[in-house]
Amino acid sequence: MSDLGLTESGVGLPAAAPLRVERGPVRDFWGRLTARPTAMIGLVIVVALLVMAVFADWIAPYDPIATDWGAIRAAPSLAHPFGTDEVGHDVLSRIVFGARASLGAGLTSVALAVALGLPFGLIAGYAGGVLDMLIMRLTDALLAIPFLILAIALAAFLGPSLTNAMVAIGLSATSTFVRLTRAQVQAVAAEEFIEAARAVGNPPWRIALRHILPNIVPAILVQATLTIAAAIIAEASLSFLGLGQQPPDPSWGSMLNVAKNFLEQAPWMAIWPGASIFVAVLAFNLLGDGLRDALDPRQRT
Amino acid sequence: MSPATPGSYPLLSVRNLSKHYPLRHWWGGQGSLFRAVEDVSFDIRPGETLGLVGESGSGKSTIGRAVTMLNPPTSGTVAFEGADLAKLSPREMRRMRARIQMVFQDPYGALNPRMSVGDYVAEPFRLHRPGLARAERRDEVEGLFARVGLDPRFARRYPHQFSGGQRQRICIARAIALKPSFIVADEPIAALDVSIQAQVVNLLQDLQDELGVSYLFISHDLRMVRYLCQRVAVLWRGRIVELADVDALYDDPRHPYTRRLLGAVPVPNPVEERARLAAAALMPPTHPDEGGALVEVAPGHWVAGGVEFQT
Amino acid sequence: MSGSESMVGSEPAPLLDVRDLGVAFDSEGGAVHAVNGVSYTLREGETLGIVGESGSGKSVHVLAMLGLIPRPPGRITGGQVLFEGRDLLAFPERELRKVRGGRIGFVFQDPMSSLNPGMTVAAQIAEPLRIHLGLDGRAARLRARELLDLVRIPDAAARLDQYPHEFSGGQRQRVMIAMGLSCRPKLLIADEATTALDVTVQAEIIALVQDLKREIGMAIIWITHDLGVVAGIADTVQVMYAGRILERGPVDDIFADPRSAYTLGLLRSLPDLSRGRAGRKRLHQIEGAPPDMRDPPPGDPFAARNVYATPRCRLEPPPLAQASSAAPGHLVAAWYDLPALLAAERAAPGAVP
Repeated sequence: MSDLGLTESGVGLPAAAPLRVERGPVRDFWGRLTARPTAMIGLVIVVALLVMAVFADWIAPYDPIATDWGAIRAAPSLAHPFGTDEVGHDVLSRIVFGARASLGAGLTSVALAVALGLPFGLIAGYAGGVLDMLIMRLTDALLAIPFLILAIALAAFLGPSLTNAMVAIGLSATSTFVRLTRAQVQAVAAEEFIEAARAVGNPPWRIALRHILPNIVPAILVQATLTIAAAIIAEASLSFLGLGQQPPDPSWGSMLNVAKNFLEQAPWMAIWPGASIFVAVLAFNLLGDGLRDALDPRQRT
Repeated sequence: MSPATPGSYPLLSVRNLSKHYPLRHWWGGQGSLFRAVEDVSFDIRPGETLGLVGESGSGKSTIGRAVTMLNPPTSGTVAFEGADLAKLSPREMRRMRARIQMVFQDPYGALNPRMSVGDYVAEPFRLHRPGLARAERRDEVEGLFARVGLDPRFARRYPHQFSGGQRQRICIARAIALKPSFIVADEPIAALDVSIQAQVVNLLQDLQDELGVSYLFISHDLRMVRYLCQRVAVLWRGRIVELADVDALYDDPRHPYTRRLLGAVPVPNPVEERARLAAAALMPPTHPDEGGALVEVAPGHWVAGGVEFQT
Repeated sequence: MSGSESMVGSEPAPLLDVRDLGVAFDSEGGAVHAVNGVSYTLREGETLGIVGESGSGKSVHVLAMLGLIPRPPGRITGGQVLFEGRDLLAFPERELRKVRGGRIGFVFQDPMSSLNPGMTVAAQIAEPLRIHLGLDGRAARLRARELLDLVRIPDAAARLDQYPHEFSGGQRQRVMIAMGLSCRPKLLIADEATTALDVTVQAEIIALVQDLKREIGMAIIWITHDLGVVAGIADTVQVMYAGRILERGPVDDIFADPRSAYTLGLLRSLPDLSRGRAGRKRLHQIEGAPPDMRDPPPGDPFAARNVYATPRCRLEPPPLAQASSAAPGHLVAAWYDLPALLAAERAAPGAVP
C-alpha cells in the first residue's frame, strides 16, 4: 500500500517549480475552516454575538435597567420587539446587554482555565516524575466532582457576583485543560522531531515552548471553544440560581430565573433568553467542531 | 581484547557499551533485563565512515542514541574528542551537541510540522552562536540550503510542502550547520525512494570530503554500506559479531551470521540472482550461537569467538 | 525465463487483462491522477514483477481493480480489468468480495497491521475458508493447520490458537501468505510483501513463495521497489512511474537491455555488492523528484529528470509499444532510442549529456 500515501507525489516540488505563495499552517488552516459551512455559520454567529456584547450601548434601544411602569409584561410590539418584563425592562435591550455577561463569563472563565491548566499540564507532561504525580492527583480529585456542582459550590463560597461566578467556572474547568495539555504534550514529546530538537542541543524549556507548545495549541483551541459553550451554560445556571449576575443587571440566566414565574402570562420573557443561550451554545459548538476538523494535521496527508 | 585503532587517534572511542532495559510483565511480575546492547566497543577515526549493520532489533539504533547520549548507555564509556560524554553535565552535553549531530531515518517525523524549514535549519545557530546577527544567520541558512541542493527561497515553507528526499536534505542541512566533527546517520535513506537514495548518499559523501566529518552510518542496506563505509561492524542480538575494513568484511566474511546476512542480499541480475536463490535453497539454515569476545583474526579484522571461524 | 514466448493469436485468453485502467484521488489541491491508462496482461502461472517507487501507481492500481481503495476520495476514471474473462470493475461489491481472498489472494506489506491482534491465527485463517469455501468450523481448522504446515511454520498444531503478537515478523508474513493461499487462488498479489522484513527473512519468504508456486502453480503479481527481488523470481518485469508503465518485458531482457532511461537509471544507481573500495565511483544518481501528480506534465512523466529526453518527450506522452530490435514482448514507452544514445555516448564521451 506504500504508494497509496499520496504525500510523496502530491507535494513533490521539483526544484524548478515556480514559487507559489508561501502557505504556512495558519493559512492552510483558514482555507480548511472556510471550506466548512457549519463552522462558518458558527463563526458568523459568534462574531455577531461578540459585536453585540461589545457595542451593546449603541445597539440596545433602551437602557436595560431602566424601568417603564407604563409597560409591564407588555407583549412584543414595535416599541418593544421582544416585549418587556415584570418591572418594565425592555427584553431586547436586556438580551443585548446579557450577551456581555454570558460571553464575558464564557471567555473570561475559559481564559482563566487555560491560563492555569496549560502551564500545569505542560509541566506535568514534560517534566514527569513527582511534579506530574502531584498535579495529576489534584486534577483527578477536582475531576471527580461534577463541573456544575463544583462551580455552584465555589460560587456559593465566594459569594454571589458575576466575577465570582466566572472564577468558579474557570477553576472548575481548569482540570480539563491540565489533562488535555498533559496528554497532548506526552503525545508530541514522543515524536521524532523532539528527539531531533534534543540532538541539536535545545534546553528542556525551549523544547517545551518552541517545539511542543505550537503543536498542542490546536487541540487546546478546540477544547477552549467547546468549553466556552459549556461555560455559557454554567454561567446561565449560576445566574438562574442567583449565584451569578445580580439584579437589576441583566444576564440570560437571571432573566430566565425571573421569567419562570410568568411562563403563562409572559412567555416572551423566557423564550428570548432561552433562545439566546441555545444559539450561543450551538454556535460555539459548531465552531469548535469545525476548528477540530480544520486543525487536525493528521487528516491532511 | 577490544578492537582498538592502530595508528591514528580516534575521534570517538566506545568501550564496553551496554544498554539494558528492565522487563516486567504487564501484571507486574518479577522483572528481568532485556539486553538491547551488550558490551560493544569500537572506534571511529577522524573523517571515517563506520557502518553499523544488522537486522531489526539487533541494537543498531540503540547504539546510535547511546553514543549521542540521547538515550544514555547503562554502562560503558563513550569518549568523544577526549571527553567522556557520560560524565558531562546536561549543560555541557548540550554545548557538545554542536560537535555531534544526528540524521534520522524518518524525514517526515524529524521535522517540526509547525516550524518553517528555515527556522529549523537556523536553530543550531540560535542555540550555539547566539551572538550571530539576524542577517548573518539568514546568510548562513541560505548557504546551507544551497549546499544541500535546495532553493534558498524555500526557507519560508513548512515541512509538508516538501518531498521525502527534500526533507532529508533539510535535516542534513541542519546537521552540518555548525560543521560538526561527527554525525550519526540512523537509516538516513531507508524511508526514501530508490531514485532518491543515491542523491542523499552522494550528498553525505560530498560533505565528508568537504568537511572531514566522521559518520556512524546505521543501515540495513548492505549494498549502500559497502559503497559508503570504510569499516563495518555487524551486530547480532546486541553484540558485535564481526568488525573489519569494508573489503575484508564483504570479500572474506568470517562469522556465520555475517555470511548469512551477505548471502541474503538479492542481486539485481536475473542470472546471478536465480543461481543465488537456487544455491540458498540447498544451504541448511545456520543458527549462530552467541559467539563470545571479539578476537583479531587478521589485522583490523575482529570476529566474535575468533579462532573457530578462521579459514 | 518463460517470458519470451511471442504474443501470437493462438495463445489462450490471459488470466488477467487490464485495459486502460485509470484511477484518481480527489484532494483539496485538485485531483491526483494516480494511475493513467495502464494496460497489461498476465498468463496463468506467470510471475509478474511490478517495480516502482511511491506514487508510481504500482499498488494503487491493484487495490483499485479489487475495489480496495477508499471511494471517495478515490475513483476509477476508466478502463476494464478482465479476470478470467469477466470485468472486475463491473462487479457489485458482493461479487468482488467473493473474488478477493478467493480466486485472488493477497499479501500486504505490514503483517502486523494486516492481522487482527485480537483474533487467534486459526480464526483468521479460517475466516476466508468459511466465507469462500463454506467450510464448517472443524474442517476450516483442519485446513488452517495444513496451511500453516504449507508455509513451513514449525509445530503448526500448537500454534493455531496463538495470537499474532506471539509470532515473529517473518512468521506473521508466513501466516499472511497462508491466508492469501487458503482458497487455492489462481492469482496471488504480494504488495511489498518483504519490504518490512529483514534481509535474511526476506530471503526465506522468497524461497517459500518459489516453492509454493511450484506446488500450486498460481500466477503471481509481486509488487516491490527492489529490482534485486524481482530479478530472481519474476518471468516478466513491469516498471511503473507516475501512474504509467514505462517499460515491460521478459526479466532477462529488462536487466540486460533496458530501453527506458528510468529503468537504466534505477539499475545504475544501485551500488554493486561485490565491488571493492578501490574501484569506487560516484554513485549514479537520478536528478530531481517525481512530478506533482495533481498537475502531471503533459508528456513523458520522466522527461524532466531524463538527460536523454527529446523535445517531443516533454509534449506528448509516448505509447507503450514493442521496442525496436528488442526481444518480442519487450515494450517501452519512450520517444528516444536508448541503445542508440548509449552507443553514441560510448563512441564520443561527453558529446551526449
